[in-house]
Amino acid sequence: MPDSIYDLWHAAVTDHRPVALATVVEGPGTGSKVLVGDGIEPVGTLGNPDLDRVVLRDAVGELAAGTSGVRHYGAHGEAREDTVSVFIETFAPPPHMLIFGAVDFTAALVRVAKVMGYRVTVCDAREVFATKKRFPQADEVVVDWPHRHLAGVGGSLGPRDAVCVLTHDHKFDVPAIKAALDTQVGYLGAMGSRRTCAERLERLEADGVDMEAVRARLHAPIGLDLGGRTPEETAVAICAEIIAARTGRPSASLSTTDGAIH
Amino acid sequence: MKEIMNDLDRWRAQGRRVAIARVVDIEGSGPRLPGAAMAVADDGEVAGSVSGGCVEGAVVGEALDILTTGDRRLVTFGYSDDEAFAVGLTCGGTIHLFIEPLDW
Repeated sequence: MPDSIYDLWHAAVTDHRPVALATVVEGPGTGSKVLVGDGIEPVGTLGNPDLDRVVLRDAVGELAAGTSGVRHYGAHGEAREDTVSVFIETFAPPPHMLIFGAVDFTAALVRVAKVMGYRVTVCDAREVFATKKRFPQADEVVVDWPHRHLAGVGGSLGPRDAVCVLTHDHKFDVPAIKAALDTQVGYLGAMGSRRTCAERLERLEADGVDMEAVRARLHAPIGLDLGGRTPEETAVAICAEIIAARTGRPSASLSTTDGAIH
Repeated sequence: MKEIMNDLDRWRAQGRRVAIARVVDIEGSGPRLPGAAMAVADDGEVAGSVSGGCVEGAVVGEALDILTTGDRRLVTFGYSDDEAFAVGLTCGGTIHLFIEPLDW
């Protein structure tokens, strides 16, 4: 027996492959489904080849945008008709958070990021610190220089992903920020006192980094200005800033205020 | 639906019949986005949620009915709604659910 649509959906979601599931929710053929994904042949039918073609096109669009919703069509996929209502639901792979620096703040950030649904990688060049034992909830713990790791995986980072630099060491974080700016990552933040952050900016400039890009993209000191102190509170401030950066809501970030961090 | 995948797998492996309710559309202030899903097994066990908790009880009834009849249908909860389904959302929004047996 061929795999059912549920089985194919299950396999795609488990393998972190993006897929869209289109279901007729009203009109002829209610309940019929088509599953479509990157690089796979569509499976199933909504009962009419013209309707299938139009819905597949729209599903690919929803998949790219990461949105889900109901669309209305004529029985043959005509626009501006509403004989058939189709719910197109997209399943995107989890966003990726890369955390550089294997410190106590990292352990807390891993936990909060997992709650938020991220796939989390911890990366630190020091093998005594970057261990799976210290970060049991991380999906991946990598021993490498941050910028070298980014050279390998940077191309996979997109607008939903995040890079958090918690190394507290210019020798690691300057090249890491430089490399992260060369990716399409949606959120880039770096930890440090106001003095550390000011020094880091000088080093980035001396290193020839485009300072306009730094000002536009780097959140440093990292996090919203919540006044928290513990690693856990800091982790919440970081994840809250990631949400605010995505939604564009007015929330005071430490990088836009100038008072004491704690 | 992703969030309740483990429960769906377990129920299917046990040969239990399952109805699944998915939020397909919201109007006004809906607590959950399209795609939020809840499943009900034939013995009434529940996984997931489709609102802030306001309509889940009514969804169980709908889902068990659908497991009996084999029907698939859109169900609307909210103020702008038929009296028949007038289970209110405390937020004042309206949610449209599609409920069907998991037989695909």
